[in-house]
Amino acid sequence: MTNARRTLRGVLGVAGFLLVMEALGRTGIIDPYLIPLASTILTGAARLLANGEFLSQVGVTLSSCAIGLLLAAAVAVPLGTAMGTVPAVERSLRPLVEFLRPIPSLALLPLAMFLFLSGEQGKIALIVYTSCWPLLINTLYGLRDVDPLAKETLRSFGFGSYDVVRLVSLPSAAPFITTGVRIAASVALIVAVSVELVAGGDGIGVFVTQAASGNRRDVVLAATLWTGIIGLLVNSLLAKAESRLFRWHRARAGEEAL
Amino acid sequence: MLEISDLTHSYGAYQALGGVNLTVAEGELVCVVGPSGCGKSTLLRSIGGLLRPTGGRVLVQGRPVEKVPDDLAIVFQDYSRSLFPWMTVADNVSLPLRRRGGDRRSRAAAAVEALEQVGLPAAAGKYPWELSGGMQQRVAIARALAYKPALMLMDEPFGSVDAQTREDLEDLVLQVRRSSGMTIVLITHDIDESVYVGDRVVVLSKSPATVVGDLRVELPEPRDQIATREHPDFVHLRAEVGRLVRGMRSGEPAAAPEAEAASPEQEPAPAAPKA
Repeated sequence: MTNARRTLRGVLGVAGFLLVMEALGRTGIIDPYLIPLASTILTGAARLLANGEFLSQVGVTLSSCAIGLLLAAAVAVPLGTAMGTVPAVERSLRPLVEFLRPIPSLALLPLAMFLFLSGEQGKIALIVYTSCWPLLINTLYGLRDVDPLAKETLRSFGFGSYDVVRLVSLPSAAPFITTGVRIAASVALIVAVSVELVAGGDGIGVFVTQAASGNRRDVVLAATLWTGIIGLLVNSLLAKAESRLFRWHRARAGEEAL
Repeated sequence: MLEISDLTHSYGAYQALGGVNLTVAEGELVCVVGPSGCGKSTLLRSIGGLLRPTGGRVLVQGRPVEKVPDDLAIVFQDYSRSLFPWMTVADNVSLPLRRRGGDRRSRAAAAVEALEQVGLPAAAGKYPWELSGGMQQRVAIARALAYKPALMLMDEPFGSVDAQTREDLEDLVLQVRRSSGMTIVLITHDIDESVYVGDRVVVLSKSPATVVGDLRVELPEPRDQIATREHPDFVHLRAEVGRLVRGMRSGEPAAAPEAEAASPEQEPAPAAPKA
């Protein structure tokens, strides 16, 4: 199937869903007071684009995510590289990672709020914590996946271990690390909005809470819609960057004809 | 250039090398043949400083090999894994030159020159995976050439290409040797190839490997894929090497059925970590 046709079908699916929702609301099967009409939500969403308050809250959420991701990458990529390169480091850190990783980040929210002076810092700390894991695990697997012969080739020209990591292991693991960034980005957005919803401060979550307290369900849903769209956009931008940057990776995996 | 004395190596209880003695003179092209799994790669890795042998001594240019020698390059069999897919062909070729210092421009010039030597001047900007297998192995050879090593080790370099390409690459190695004068040790399991390419053919026994034959190849130069292979000396030498590889004493008739049954190839390969 061509890309255009695939996109067309996707659009048809979304449009169909909206039409059904609209019809259910208009016929009264779903009370439009409980869940506003699809058209109301869409108009609301369009109107939010001109809402300075909303836009600045989106900016807050996105910048928290960006700062959190950068900090997470600064911690997780070197750590994952060490774990993926030196087996002893992996063996001693693995149990700790496996223990910490499944803890839901929101469970750490009270602790974060207690430890950090501002809510914004606590939120960023939780984003860092949560987005560390996909970055760490992907970096680790990426480095383990490096072809031993590629490393040996470089060694055979007299390069030392540091150069092998820099010139072979990291470039070879880069597609995995980038996938880690993509997964971490969507996780970061979820954590950011969740913390804002629960703990307040600033951001999309706070905007939603305020709209809800004013009983503006249309605004709540419109803002939620935008959050979803932002997540989707970030993901597809990163995915596009991945496939463009790492054409060689797909070529090697045999997904692209020579 | 290269002196190997009493070289032994074991992987746990499995002994791969059982005391190899071999001397290679400056400018020589020596082919090492032996039955599969006989420790040829272990030998090469010991020379290249990639593996610390259990016993014995390897001297490259008079110096004992403790780490990877400075003046040495290795061409591996598996070009697709030994070339870096995220780099262009030119970058792959010039990468090892970073060890030699020099600026980016001189490295790039050396890469272009090496690619011309292997007949691939147009491939510089391409990626390795855009090239055919034979071309990729040419790039790997160019990478070794650009490094201008005194000693080039080749580990089954033509084991993964088709027959036609194989012949072209054999001739490429001969041509490179003529123009650069470097010393080459080429490991192969192909008897014909060893006789066609080598100045000398060294035959290893099955593991634990020792040198069981060392034959000088005196065929008319330049060698030619058709004429050389029908030369009586070629035919004689390949039979000789064949017998040695099969573990028969030289001059013994190859057709003896008993000898055939006892040939090392009939035995299951030992389950040892393959180098």
